[in-house]
Amino acid sequence: MSEAPETKPTPRPSKFLEQSVYRRRRLIDAIKLLPTLGAGLFLTPALILGTGAGSTATRLVYFFFCWMVLILLCATLTRALSRGEEG
Amino acid sequence: MVTFNILVTVALVYVAALFAVAFYADRSAKKGRTKWLRSPLTYTLSLSVYCTAWTFYGAVGNAARSGLEYLTIYLGPTLVFLGFWVLLRKLVRIGRAERITSIADLISSRYGKSTALAVLVTCLAVTGTTPYIALQLQSVTLSFAAFVPSEAGGNLADLNSTALWVAAGLAVFTILFGTRNLDANERHHGVVTAIAVEAIVKLVALLAVGIFVVWGVSGGLSDTLQIIEASPVAEWRPDAGRWVGMTFLSAAAIICLPRMFQVMVVENEDERHLTVASWAFPLYLMLMSLFVLPIAVVGLAVLPEGANPDLFVLTLPLALDQELLAMLAFLGGFSSATSMVIVAAIALSTMVSNHIVLPLWLSMQGPKATVSGDVRNVMILSRRISIGAVLALGYAYFRVTGGTAALSSIGLVSFAGVAQIVPALLGGIYWRGATRRGALAGLIVGFVIWGYTLFVPAIGLLPDSLMQNGLFAMSWLRPQALFGLVGLDPLVHSIFWSMALNSVAFLAVSLVTFPSPIERLQGAAFVNVFSRGESGAGYVGGVAETEDLLVMAQRLLGAREAQTLFQQSAKDQGKLGYLPDPTPEFVSTLERELAGSVGAATAHAMVRQIDGNAAVSVQDLLAVADESAQMLEYSSQLEDKSRELEQTARQLRDANDKLTALSVQKDAFLSQVSHELRTPMTSIRSFSEFLMEGGMKAPDRKRYSKIIHDESIRLTRLLDDLLDLSFLESGQAAMNDQTASLHDVLDRAVSSAGASKGAMTVRRNPADEQIELRTDTDRLSQVFINLISNAQKYCDAQAPTLDISVSEKQGQVDIDFVDNGSGIPQSQQSIIFEKFARLSDHSSAGSAGLGLAICREVMARLGGTVSYLPGQGGAAFRVSLPRRRVAEAA
Amino acid sequence: MGNSVLLIEDEPNIIEAISFLLERDGWTVRLHTEGVGAVEAVAAANPDVVVLDVMLPGRSGFDILRELRQGAAPADLPVLMLTARGQTKDRELAESYGVSGFMTKPFSNAEMLQTVRDLAEGRPPSGS
Repeated sequence: MSEAPETKPTPRPSKFLEQSVYRRRRLIDAIKLLPTLGAGLFLTPALILGTGAGSTATRLVYFFFCWMVLILLCATLTRALSRGEEG
Repeated sequence: MVTFNILVTVALVYVAALFAVAFYADRSAKKGRTKWLRSPLTYTLSLSVYCTAWTFYGAVGNAARSGLEYLTIYLGPTLVFLGFWVLLRKLVRIGRAERITSIADLISSRYGKSTALAVLVTCLAVTGTTPYIALQLQSVTLSFAAFVPSEAGGNLADLNSTALWVAAGLAVFTILFGTRNLDANERHHGVVTAIAVEAIVKLVALLAVGIFVVWGVSGGLSDTLQIIEASPVAEWRPDAGRWVGMTFLSAAAIICLPRMFQVMVVENEDERHLTVASWAFPLYLMLMSLFVLPIAVVGLAVLPEGANPDLFVLTLPLALDQELLAMLAFLGGFSSATSMVIVAAIALSTMVSNHIVLPLWLSMQGPKATVSGDVRNVMILSRRISIGAVLALGYAYFRVTGGTAALSSIGLVSFAGVAQIVPALLGGIYWRGATRRGALAGLIVGFVIWGYTLFVPAIGLLPDSLMQNGLFAMSWLRPQALFGLVGLDPLVHSIFWSMALNSVAFLAVSLVTFPSPIERLQGAAFVNVFSRGESGAGYVGGVAETEDLLVMAQRLLGAREAQTLFQQSAKDQGKLGYLPDPTPEFVSTLERELAGSVGAATAHAMVRQIDGNAAVSVQDLLAVADESAQMLEYSSQLEDKSRELEQTARQLRDANDKLTALSVQKDAFLSQVSHELRTPMTSIRSFSEFLMEGGMKAPDRKRYSKIIHDESIRLTRLLDDLLDLSFLESGQAAMNDQTASLHDVLDRAVSSAGASKGAMTVRRNPADEQIELRTDTDRLSQVFINLISNAQKYCDAQAPTLDISVSEKQGQVDIDFVDNGSGIPQSQQSIIFEKFARLSDHSSAGSAGLGLAICREVMARLGGTVSYLPGQGGAAFRVSLPRRRVAEAA
Repeated sequence: MGNSVLLIEDEPNIIEAISFLLERDGWTVRLHTEGVGAVEAVAAANPDVVVLDVMLPGRSGFDILRELRQGAAPADLPVLMLTARGQTKDRELAESYGVSGFMTKPFSNAEMLQTVRDLAEGRPPSGS
């Protein structure tokens, strides 16, 4: 699942540019990790807690809370990424 | 009380509004006003075709029966969109780079443009989608019935005719807005916008019902949670297998469902829209599922025992006398059903038409079809018929199995069916080693196991004995306990075996088989789509006649698009005019463009037909191309350099050819000038001698004087032309800008050329000619007169006809003069604009051959061009003029 | 002395001039106005002199001359070629094919008449 990096380092060395490239790559790393985080949050309750106790209402609130957090996280990260592209 | 008639009226008004929206969007798109049509918001909303009536109504039913399990249907897609960077971004990029038209096209294209794979995936898609369409029709009829149980519920015939009208209406909508553009890569703005509107309607409807239930009925959030705890739903405990299995299924479905692929990849305008959709679409899904459980538990508590939970969204507001709310809910469900059917029908018809109908038609027409047949009309017709057929199939399925419980489980069955594409898809875009045979093997194995363990049992076709004892009474072949794996949920069981054996077959066969050169090229292009940029893998060497290719491309892409493409390619090669050399790069570009309208496999086959090469030699060439492609992967600089060199060499070669042609013709030109001057002088000298002798009768004297006079004028005109040309060439000629309507200028030209009363018919379209021009209209008129006179002189048809057509694009006005004669041979096309370049065949038609040279000079001075347009049937000239704003120049 | 001329020429005004000139002198002038079918026209008319233009629609005068000289007409049939192109190599080419006389347009009436008379009587043309 490896891909070529999107950005090529500029030939003119500049501390600021390198920092922004570095930051952009870590942002992309974070975005790539999102589905893993989501899978963890969504699947573990079923796999580990399984048939155990726990009320349906609590589970409902849990899922929607995780969902919301993931959406906000994704929106923040992608916006930061596109701002980086513009700037 | 809402009557059946009111309901039908509301539905009809709603549908009419959708038609209006689609029509308006199509028109705006045509005028280039696409700002909001192309916004990420529209894209995100169009993705909501994922939420069909099955999720709109069924999710509540599902929640009433199986608690939180309904969430998995939304969680899977959420995970896929959160991970857009890894998968969807690549899919969309490949879809755009390779001009993919459908999921079948993607798979076929990746594995060497294989027709077998395209057909297989198409069949899989049709099998999986038909029951799903039937399900939508059923939900619409059920929602009608729920509304007016007394009137319509008792009358089954009414319900069936409702379904029929719905299916017919959807067919009309889809054909109208879904087959307007032939090129599937040209987005269906009308359809997408209508879908986006429907997305809003269904979201608002569900939220309204939910808000009403939570705050209107239950008395707030915490009270609702308490009701949930107290309801039978609270008993539910997650089943790990089903939970993971269904999440996986829905994740697979969002990638592989034909309709999702259509809106997500094919209709995608801009890759960056994905960035927004990555969080906005999960948000949409979350909102859609937010109130599902509250509606379910309140429904269970409020409605009488035995009420169908699948219709709670409707029956709950109805039972609580909220008719307007119920009406809104009805429209929400209606929207969900119709949007799914429309997009599914477009996606399926594209596949069926491109991968089944068209190849069959082509093979029946023989090798000449691509040149002589009107493929474009055949394609549009076949796509329309396919849409009708898909919907008819869905309706038939509804009539046969309608009302049975079998239908309601079909959603997941359908998901599991299309999920069989996943191994071939993922393998295809991440692993270069994946082969066509591997993909075929995996798909067939997965398809068969899915059919046997899930699809056929689900639609109730297998006898009980077989279900209990297995095929041929072999217990290890029991459909729901394959290889003795008992105790699993049937769905999970089927997913497990089909996906496992599908993947194993795909991987194993890929490992032991060797890919053909096309597959290797395509594999590299797909897997490395981000590093290879736009120069995807193509192929073809050979001796395709560019003009034949142009003729074919015009039929498929439309004349203007094809001409633009050819002109651009010629320019990239450093050539003028419309006919680039048939280099491998050009042919593969063309093939990709054609793939946008007919699919990769068909485009490949068509280009090969014209190319005229045996399959074997194409393979050989490919092997070479593959080697060099790999080399160039490591050295893109080398690639640039060699392209530059090639272009320079081509320019030099062209220049040399031209010089040679000119010098060969120089003597002829001089002779021509001599001839043109001496011929009138001969008459003048001879007749003036007669007159000088005297003693002639008066009528003869008069006639001979007139001949002398006319011939003198001819001489003068020739000298004028020569002077005019050298004047223009020296750059001293001043252009006098005037404002005039193109229509008037053409009128003047046609009558000055005497074409209005001559033997030639001139056909024009005055409506297109209403364009205000700011230019030297006398000079422009001179060019038109020249072209019209040429057609009069040289058109050798029995009934000569000249078509003058005007079109405008991107600030440029094109005026085409096309006659129905035999045209100008390709070898002569490049020299006709040279001075005295009269074609040998026409050697004495009475002009000095300066006309076109003057035209070219005049157009250059006016900032435009005049060029020969090949492949139009007869001789065709195009005058292109930049359209300057009247105000701007004044 | 012969009295029939076949004129192969496509310019209407030149046709009129030559016809007038020769008919006034007592010649019968027959006419063919294109390159195609000119050889057959010669065989059909069986003229005493052929006046042949070089630039004709469909077929060049040189081609016609060559075919005539290759046996399509009597070997001693006088053929006078007219050209408006005024190039010496045209004359050389015509002579290599066996032309009897060669004139460049524009010509004087007297010169034309004298040449046709000379050719009909088997004399080499006295004019240019």
